[in-house]
Amino acid sequence: MSNFLKISGLHAKIEADGGDKEILRGVDLEIPAGELHVIMGPNGCGKSTLAYTLAGREDYEVTAGSVSFKGQDLLAMEPDERAAAGVFLAFQSPVELPGVNNANFLRTAVNSVRRARGEAEMDAVQFLKTVRAATKSLSMQDEMLKRNVNVGFSGGEKKRNEVLQMTLLQPSLAILDETDSGLDVDALRIVADGVNKLRAPDFSALVITHHQRLLDYLSPDRIHVMAKGRIIRSGGPELARQIDQDGYATFLADAA
Amino acid sequence: MNSVDISVSDVGPFAQRLAAAGGVRSLAANAFAEVGLPGTKDEAFHYTSLRSLNRLKFIADSVVPSDAELESLIDNALPSDGSLASATRIVFVNGIFSEKFSTVSGLSAVSFTHGTQEEQHSVADNDLPLVLLNRALGCSTAELEVPEGTDAGTIVILSLNFGNATEGDEAPSFHPHLHVRVGKGASVTLAEMIIGKGVYLNNPVSVINVAKEASVTHTKLQRESADAFHLATVSPVIAERGTYNSFTLGFGAQLSRHEVHAYLEGAGSAVHINGAQLLVDRQVGDITSVITHAAPNCISRQTVRNVLADRARGVFQGKVFVERIAQKTDGYQMNQALLLSETAEMNAKPELEIYADDVKCSHGATVGALDDDQLFYLCSRGIPDAEARRILVEAFLIEAVGLVEVDDVRAALEGALSAALVERIGATTMGDGSLS
Ligand SMILES: Nc1ncnc2c1ncn2[C@@H]1O[C@H](COP(=O)(O)OP(=O)(O)O)[C@@H](O)[C@H]1O
Ligand SMILES: [Mg+2]
Repeated sequence: MSNFLKISGLHAKIEADGGDKEILRGVDLEIPAGELHVIMGPNGCGKSTLAYTLAGREDYEVTAGSVSFKGQDLLAMEPDERAAAGVFLAFQSPVELPGVNNANFLRTAVNSVRRARGEAEMDAVQFLKTVRAATKSLSMQDEMLKRNVNVGFSGGEKKRNEVLQMTLLQPSLAILDETDSGLDVDALRIVADGVNKLRAPDFSALVITHHQRLLDYLSPDRIHVMAKGRIIRSGGPELARQIDQDGYATFLADAA
Repeated sequence: MNSVDISVSDVGPFAQRLAAAGGVRSLAANAFAEVGLPGTKDEAFHYTSLRSLNRLKFIADSVVPSDAELESLIDNALPSDGSLASATRIVFVNGIFSEKFSTVSGLSAVSFTHGTQEEQHSVADNDLPLVLLNRALGCSTAELEVPEGTDAGTIVILSLNFGNATEGDEAPSFHPHLHVRVGKGASVTLAEMIIGKGVYLNNPVSVINVAKEASVTHTKLQRESADAFHLATVSPVIAERGTYNSFTLGFGAQLSRHEVHAYLEGAGSAVHINGAQLLVDRQVGDITSVITHAAPNCISRQTVRNVLADRARGVFQGKVFVERIAQKTDGYQMNQALLLSETAEMNAKPELEIYADDVKCSHGATVGALDDDQLFYLCSRGIPDAEARRILVEAFLIEAVGLVEVDDVRAALEGALSAALVERIGATTMGDGSLS
């Protein structure tokens, strides 16, 4: 099971301002099944790009390297196929969908994934039961289900809505991109609980964060430091505490 | 009575019908013959060519299906949840009022008459060609009168149109006329629904008089046959503090034009001319309006959304005309288009003509494709691309339909929209996760 997720020499670029901009420059990262790994790194180093590339965003063109997920070539799959295979990305900036009812959206997503996984679809009653249990455990108001997806949600509500989707879609690889940013302590705890509830021998997580605070609740297995599109250092939980105290400067100096 | 003296070549596809339009109709027939069909040189038809009508010869004879067939078509045209089944119903078949299928006996407070009214065939200087055509060839008028202070509820106005097979060069034309007078402080919801089969021209004309403090909601669900022509003119006239709140939702016809001439006649009156259309193949759909603010403190609102796929083309022309007397006018106009293919096209022409100096008028237009961020967000949740696209298209249109304030009528339009999307954009309809 050591090759649950294996990212090897991943390069990705984006077309911007008429030219190519290389953002990922050889990412190597392995996450065994059941582990929670963390990526930390200065703004602009490519953390979100890595998250998007794993989820299948087309704008980022992979120019070299590979990603295998549970023995499959992840990069060959469409975004919806990746979701069905168990990849979930909690967006750093969740997207607003005017005119799309949140409850309808959630049920469509859940049933799409269930259909693709060969599971029975949920009818309205089953779904309602499931979603209500999930909102309750996340201390979310049911009223949020009646609104349009993320429209008029506060920053914290959007992040909780991401965790709600994660809870409902039952991923085996959750990628959380700064889900803790802008959350108060209570909300932070709820997000961490959401992740901890999923923890299992066949569930792994990749948590992108700047803060030790969230990690206090998550007990990560490994910390990776990213700079300029590469993982430049990996270590145990103490690495995060060191960054929390001293910032990234020493690592960047080492890497240079 | 005047005789009809029309030079056949001038009136092209209507020559035969106009030649037969004697008696009370001859005045309108002659007036139409004089102006003819508008061409693209006419500013009002710059984007919408009626040339394709010239391929045809319009005739009066038309096919009417059996009563049993009509009955089932009517059932299908109404919302499947039965919500409007008990509403009073005025039915036109091929442009002619059908007593048999209408339920006007259920109208207690409202007075209803039908037949041919002399007035229908009158001619005024500024009559539009398509209105003249309706007066020249129309033979059925429905008149509704909602007395002062009455709440008449919802009245369904159902039109079933049956044309010829696509092969021939003859097709029937239908010219129904509807005149609604809503008395002081009265209210009514008019829910028009139109369905059809085959090749034909539907040329309906509606006149709506909204008296002081009266309130009218008028919706239209246009599902003409894909081979049909739909050329409609609606003229609401609104008195002091009256409200005319309208919405048109169009899917059908190879060529459609929904043309509204709203006249804000009394101070403090309000008009909403909203709409949405979903067009595919080579459909052309034109939503045109002229809103005249002829009194102070009036409000006009216009929000139109277009979804255009394949080689479809949408046309939006909106003119807001503010007379010198119409101070404190509050006008808003917004046309938005979603293009689903590189070959789809939107022609938008907003126009403001303002003679008063203390007014607030704004207009805007947007044209764009589906948003990549939104699409990716949906797909990253496991929703396949085609379904994600359909969800976003539905969301775009459903927001517009949300402007309809009458619950059961809005629900009927939403249902029709979902069905049309599945048929036209594909993929199954979105799960109903509603909490009720
Ligand atoms: N869509 C994009 N267009 C142009 N530049 C981008 C785009 N996405 C990311 N970048 C650039 O790539 C670099 C890495 O961005 P990102 O992955 O968001 O970093 P991080 O999440 O680590 O802050 C930044 O310089 C950013 O400006
Ligand atoms: Mg980021």
